[in-house]
Amino acid sequence: MAAPFDLNDDTVVVVIGTGAGGGVLSNELAQKGVSVVALEAGGRYLPDDYINDEWESFGQLAWLDKRTTSGDWRVAKDFSGLPAWIVKAVGGTTTHWAGASLRFQAHEFKTKTTYGDVQGANLLDWPIDLAEMEPWYEKAETKLGVTRTGDRAGLPGNNNYKVFEAGAKALGYEQVHTGRMAINSGDYDDRLACQQTGFCFQGCKWGAKWSAAYTDIPRGEATGNLEVREHAHVLKIEHDASGKVTGVLYADKDGNQHLQKARVVCVAGNSIESPRLLLNSASAMFPDGLANSSGQVGRNYMRHMTGSVYAVFDKPVRMWRGTTMAGIVQDEAKYDPSRGFVGGYELETLALGLPFMAAFLDPGGWGREFTTALDSYENMAGLWIVGEDMPQETNRITLNHDAKDQYGLPAPNVHFDDHPNDIAMRKHAYERGMALYDAVGATRTFPTPPYPSTHNLGTNRMSEKARDGVVNRWGQTHDVANLFVSDGSQFTTGAAENPTLTIVALAIRQADRIASELSKGNL
Amino acid sequence: MTKTMERRGMTRRELLTRSAAVTAALMIGPNLVAGVSGAWAMEVSHVSPQTMATLIQMARDIYPHDHVADDYYAVAVKSYDNADQAAMIEEGIASLNSAAQGLGHGSYLDTGWERDRVDILRAMEASPFFQTIRGGLVTSLYNQKAVWPLFGYEGESYSKGGYIDRGFDDINWI
Repeated sequence: MAAPFDLNDDTVVVVIGTGAGGGVLSNELAQKGVSVVALEAGGRYLPDDYINDEWESFGQLAWLDKRTTSGDWRVAKDFSGLPAWIVKAVGGTTTHWAGASLRFQAHEFKTKTTYGDVQGANLLDWPIDLAEMEPWYEKAETKLGVTRTGDRAGLPGNNNYKVFEAGAKALGYEQVHTGRMAINSGDYDDRLACQQTGFCFQGCKWGAKWSAAYTDIPRGEATGNLEVREHAHVLKIEHDASGKVTGVLYADKDGNQHLQKARVVCVAGNSIESPRLLLNSASAMFPDGLANSSGQVGRNYMRHMTGSVYAVFDKPVRMWRGTTMAGIVQDEAKYDPSRGFVGGYELETLALGLPFMAAFLDPGGWGREFTTALDSYENMAGLWIVGEDMPQETNRITLNHDAKDQYGLPAPNVHFDDHPNDIAMRKHAYERGMALYDAVGATRTFPTPPYPSTHNLGTNRMSEKARDGVVNRWGQTHDVANLFVSDGSQFTTGAAENPTLTIVALAIRQADRIASELSKGNL
Repeated sequence: MTKTMERRGMTRRELLTRSAAVTAALMIGPNLVAGVSGAWAMEVSHVSPQTMATLIQMARDIYPHDHVADDYYAVAVKSYDNADQAAMIEEGIASLNSAAQGLGHGSYLDTGWERDRVDILRAMEASPFFQTIRGGLVTSLYNQKAVWPLFGYEGESYSKGGYIDRGFDDINWI
């Protein structure tokens, strides 16, 4: 097991957060011999602890600290205190994620160039491109065991997929399959094959779905170079008179505060907490927050253009059986502005249990229009829409000084307004999703509004020039050389694809860079 | 029947004898509400039995499922029978009754057609009382494990080995 590091050890890399970004980065650094202290706000839950029960699992895993919302997005009305549905636990949201693992398309790294000026959108090209990322994507796919990559087979299709596939093919879609999933189709990397249990969102009790909680984290710890401190909630990043970061202040389980010194600090708390931490770390030298000379910290918050379509048939589907999201149509992910919007979207199978269906099908809905839908729960099929949303400077995380968290710090406010491009894309996707089910005999379809955000992106974005963003091509902040951002908040734009594979690929690449720079004495 | 409910073991006749009022499906006694079948009864100690019966009807009118019996709705709202919330409930139900009376009905429970009761609820949809009851029902009704089989939902599956050998791909009509 990991040797504990001293609070005053200023040679360690401190990683804040242990999810797809921080968990992978911590292990990759530890494998290279770098000493790492990973600070995780949540506790440690492993497959034996996961619960096949939607609300009970939500209570176990969800990040429920104080948050507020504003803007015209429907989540602010339906779930005003819960803008995001993410996890507070070792392994972060890799316990909850569905496993969809898609590479970005080449043009999605260059949206400013490809889409041109879109009014109200703060588009920018990534300083990296697909060709540069391809080897890192391959490493990420191997780590996660992504199906339909390498020599790994696809997952079998469940009932929900069979309905989805038949509808998609009836519409003439061609890129239709059971997805590229970080869920084992056969035993792989000491983990079992998928047992078609459902409850992928509640943590995979078989360990068939990749999660940092039971792969990267314990492997990093086994090197002796990684110490994971659970229930360690970081409050502030400290710096010295030269402007370099020197350590982080965190609260332990009992609320006692500690200062862990550091040579390098990597922030990976997801796209709400990461900018919030930088803003809460404001000082006389950095009055607008750490690494915020551009004013972009917290801005350009993206959450993907999402929505769901559920459909009722005259016969049973039992969509909850089997892998939750093993089904995809990729034909609409292309760039085709003739549809009336830039960017594209994926259609992916999705199932909710009865309790969550009641909560999410039509939040606030009641009466027979609502209940007759649930009466047909057994005959329901479902899909999720995930598409590229436009970065907007005014969609942002700010500190809400009127709302305090359990440590007395200003809570994050999440402001989001849909861009007209998001609205046009959602309308198109609803129409296609409903047509897909109508094509195989749906008797009723439901264009279901977005859930609290699972894909939180862009609030510390990557840019070539320091004035346009927060971090450079390595995730290193433009302003502070030994401060990195290691999660999805680095994303310059969101692409149409589920973000985890890209977060993992960037983390592997960043670990390589940090280890190299450390060995050269540059950090 | 869940642990929050009591099985009284009374006959229907005994219950009817003890009940001061009988609505379509609920019997209301001095300190209890019961199903006319005699299969369940619920004692109340902070809100009146009449109020609890009205609340149960309100719950059904918000989330009407004709194949779900009253006792599930009773379980879903029973937790409001407490010292802290009794006044809020009594006041909310009084406003329901007065709305019903304003439309010429004796009370909310005496309003015979669901559509008329729903009209009353629609008119108060924005009120904190309505939203509290509706929002609470989303979990207190649909997260009752005993309700799930009535919708075909199978719940936990890990202990049964998932569905890999139990029909994850058994659809036969597509």
